[in-house]
Amino acid sequence: MRNRIDVLTGYLIGFVSLFVIWHVASTWLLSSVLFPPPLRVFSRAIELAQDGSLGENVMVSLSRILSGFFFGTLIGVPIGLIIGSSPIARRILEPYTEFFRFIPPTALITVAVIWFGIGEGSKIFLIIYTTLFTVILNTSAGVAAVAPNKIRAAQSLGANRLQLFCFIALPATVPYILTGMRLAMGNSFVTIIAAELVAANSGLGKMIWDSRMYMLVDDIFVALVVLGLLGFGTDKLFRWAINLFAKRFSTAI
Amino acid sequence: MQCATLGPSNLVFWDSANNLKCKESFKRLCLYCFNREFNVTLVKLAGVSKVYKSLKGADYHAVKDFSLDIESGDFFCLLGTSGCGKTTVLNMIAGFEQATSGEIRISGNTIQGPGVDRGVVFQGDDSLCGWLTALGNIEFGLRMKGMARKERSEKARHYLSLVGLSGQENKYPSELSGGMKQRIQIARVLANEPQMLLMDEPFAALDAHTRAEMQTELINIWRATGKTVFFITHDIDEAIVLSTKIGVMHAGPGSKLKGLVEIDLLAEERDRTHDRFVDVYRHVHSLIRDEVAISLKRQSETMGSV
Repeated sequence: MRNRIDVLTGYLIGFVSLFVIWHVASTWLLSSVLFPPPLRVFSRAIELAQDGSLGENVMVSLSRILSGFFFGTLIGVPIGLIIGSSPIARRILEPYTEFFRFIPPTALITVAVIWFGIGEGSKIFLIIYTTLFTVILNTSAGVAAVAPNKIRAAQSLGANRLQLFCFIALPATVPYILTGMRLAMGNSFVTIIAAELVAANSGLGKMIWDSRMYMLVDDIFVALVVLGLLGFGTDKLFRWAINLFAKRFSTAI
Repeated sequence: MQCATLGPSNLVFWDSANNLKCKESFKRLCLYCFNREFNVTLVKLAGVSKVYKSLKGADYHAVKDFSLDIESGDFFCLLGTSGCGKTTVLNMIAGFEQATSGEIRISGNTIQGPGVDRGVVFQGDDSLCGWLTALGNIEFGLRMKGMARKERSEKARHYLSLVGLSGQENKYPSELSGGMKQRIQIARVLANEPQMLLMDEPFAALDAHTRAEMQTELINIWRATGKTVFFITHDIDEAIVLSTKIGVMHAGPGSKLKGLVEIDLLAEERDRTHDRFVDVYRHVHSLIRDEVAISLKRQSETMGSV
């Protein structure tokens, strides 16, 4: 309990000081229309929230991330498990993972738009692509890191190959899978904004792009702050989940 | 192989000064004869060699032409210096590694791989499942067999209390001390009812007090269950406290058995300050002393050549 209060006060101090630094910098140091103070940004955020456009853009971007992330994880975990547990599969699939992970999702935006149009299809494709390789790499690393003694012990206790996979390899890999998902989530934010900046009808990236056209600097800052908060929130959620499992699923024990 | 037996040769039948000692000696003789009478070879290693390929591609003989019989009901300690290949021997009996040549049989059958007839207790706690509770870990083997939930839980609880961990069933390994985790490993293996226990320096990572306590508990469990135990250690004290037989290994590489010592100490004599304990200690130590020196010399040589 005491720990939780410490953490919360820490966050409070952190955010308040960020607010103060921003305020001081924008009012006295860099007083300019191009750098709005926090209070103006917040009041603009309230206006945008009230007319519904902010909420809509957030929901659009978030749902793109979540659906792409969901399918990317769903495809990535089994592939990672197979690569990690079978040397033959690894030799066959490694060229793919090693090749594609060096082609960043942002490089594929134009291709995605040509293939899937500027609607949801291209965005979800890009997020799946972003998620897939991070999750595959982490999952396969997790399988490879399972302590050999765990496998030996289970074999001596009568586990067959399928049981070894389901009851040892899979649970022992959970922390790695979660870490992969966490990293993928961070990358997904990068991808989605880039994709929406380039070609989209809605979303936070589109909001930033449109605001630039009309010199609505306040609106750009609203989108940036919201992005920061969304990222912070989802990452917290993942860290909480990882900590919850890490106690039990740690590979060391 | 030099065979040194501290068996009947040093039994004293007649001692005019001390009648009690005479009785004790008789007890010891009975114990010895009983063991002789009913001993059946459970594990037989005949001319076993294990060759590893080193990183440079050269052959490394961990053990060479190694022969050993473990009899049913024995508490057999394999004693050796570090790097002498004792873990290799255990891994081959466990079926984790295959012998390059020679034969390993259990109850007459050639060992093909790991099996439920041989339960293994590891030195480190990384063999436990961190995501399972103490009870869940002990149940693991029974679950693999497909035993019903209620039945396996009852059985696991029995073994949990046998290793003195009642009340800890819902704790996760990370919440338990090193000694407790080794107890869980032992209970997990016993719950599976193997023919024999293979223990690879299970107490080496524990502090001295916990280790002594665990040794006492292990002897009690061994007496209560009558399992055959194959125990690896580099600790002479530990070997004498626990075992009925000690096999002393040569220093590696290409190691084999140097000597076999039968330990016929009574329970009350398995005390580090007891005269008979000290006698046995001297004898075992004389066997291993030179090997330690050789092993250290070889280690420093390889360090020098690298």
